Amino acid sequence: MELSHIPVNIITGFLGSGKTTLLQCLLNSDEFADTAVLINEFGEVGLDHHLLEKIDENTLLLQSGCICCTIRGDLKDAIRDLYSRRERGEIPAFRRLVIETTGLADPAPILATITSEPVIRHHFRLGNVITTVDAVNVAMQLRRQPESVKQVAVADRIVLTKTDLAEPDVVVAAEDAVRRINPAVPLVESANAPVDPSLLLAHDIHDDSHKSAEVAHWLEVIPQDAPHERAHHHDVNRHDARIAAFALVFERPMDWTAFGIWLTMLLQSRGEDVLRVKGILNVTGVATPVVIHGVQHIVHPPVHMKAWPDGDRRSRVIFIVRDITKTEIEQSLSAFNDLALAMSSASDAA
Amino acid sequence: MSASPEAFGGRQGVMPRRQERFYRVKLVNEILKSFALRLDDWQGQSFILSNRTGKTEIVDDLMAVWPAAEKMIGRQLDPMDPALLAHLRQQTMGH
Repeated sequence: MELSHIPVNIITGFLGSGKTTLLQCLLNSDEFADTAVLINEFGEVGLDHHLLEKIDENTLLLQSGCICCTIRGDLKDAIRDLYSRRERGEIPAFRRLVIETTGLADPAPILATITSEPVIRHHFRLGNVITTVDAVNVAMQLRRQPESVKQVAVADRIVLTKTDLAEPDVVVAAEDAVRRINPAVPLVESANAPVDPSLLLAHDIHDDSHKSAEVAHWLEVIPQDAPHERAHHHDVNRHDARIAAFALVFERPMDWTAFGIWLTMLLQSRGEDVLRVKGILNVTGVATPVVIHGVQHIVHPPVHMKAWPDGDRRSRVIFIVRDITKTEIEQSLSAFNDLALAMSSASDAA
Repeated sequence: MSASPEAFGGRQGVMPRRQERFYRVKLVNEILKSFALRLDDWQGQSFILSNRTGKTEIVDDLMAVWPAAEKMIGRQLDPMDPALLAHLRQQTMGH
C-alpha cells in the first residue's frame, strides 16, 4: 500500500449517538484543515458559522479549509467525483477523507467500497473507523439492533458520548457492553474533555510512528481475554449475545500460505460472521512480525513491523465473530498450519 | 466475500514467487482432495480447478478458488468441518 494513498476515516454510530457533535469538533480542528468530509445533510451539522464559500449546491468550503460535501446517491460516485475535482484543482487538495454514515447503516458495505472499488482503492486507503456510542442507550441498542453490534465490532476507536447524562453505573455498564464485543478498542469519553482528533483519525496501523503502539493496544487484551468469551445461543434474539471476542495464541510459527488459504476459505463460508480479525503473526522464514488486519470480510494487505512489540514471539490473533466458538477457530487454523509445517519440513528433509 | 488481492498474493518475501505459487497449489490440493477436486497452475497467471468427471473452471486467484469449488460440488466448503479437519490431521501424520 502506497503512503500517498489518502486515508479515509468512517464515522459511524447509532441514531442520536453524537456523530454530528463529533464531526463539528473535528471540522474545527486546525490539525485536520486539509480534510474533505462527506455527510448526508448539511443541515444536520450546522455549518453556517464555519462557512467560507459555497462552491456549489453540494460542496462547501469551510473557514478551517475543510471541504464538506453531501452524498447524493451512490457513495462510490461521490468519492470518485471528489477525487477528480481535487485532481482538476476545483477544490483544495485534501489529504484525508472523512465519511459520516447514517445511524442505521451497516458500515461493512462502506468499508468494502473503499477497499474494493478499483478506482477508489488506487487512490485511497481505509483509516480508523470511529464509532460513537451513547452511554445511556447503548446496552439496549446492542441487544436489539444488529447494525449497532456491527458498528461497535468494526470500530478502531469508540467515542462514548452522553456520559454526563448517565449515572456512573450506567456508564460502567455501557463500557462493559462495548468491551464484550470489541475488547481491544481504545475508548474515549467525549463529555468531560475535548476529544483528541489525532488519536481518533490519524494514529493507525499504517502510520509508522504509531504502528507499534496500535498493535500493543490490540495485544493488551490477551491476558484478560477469558471474560470476553461469551456463551452462545442463549437467546438468539439478543444480537450482542451471539458475538464472541477472543484472542488466540499460537506456539508454533505460522505458515503464511496456510494462513491465507484458511482465512480466505473461512471468509467464503462464514464471512458474514467474521466481524474482525487482527493480530501479529510469527511467519515461518520471516524474522519480524507480520500484522494482519481484517474488518468484516475485508482483509487488508499485511503490514510488516520492524521489530516485535514485546518479548513474546508467538502469533497472537484477536477474533470478533458471531456464532463461532474459540475452539472451532483454534482447531481449524491449527490443523491447516500443522499440515503446512509438516509438508515444509518433509520437503526440507528430502 | 472479498479480500484485497494483495492480501494473500504471496508477496511476503518468504520464498520466490514461482516457488510460493507452486507450494500454494500443493497445499490447496491437500484440502481439495477431501472434495475430489484438484487445482493446477495455468501459465503462472491463473489456476484451473477441475473435478474427476473432467469439469474445469479457470480462476484468477486464491479468493476465487472457494466459490468456484463450492459451485462444482454443490455445497459449502467449511474450514471448520470436523470431517475436513480429520482428513487434514491424517495428511499431517503421513508427512
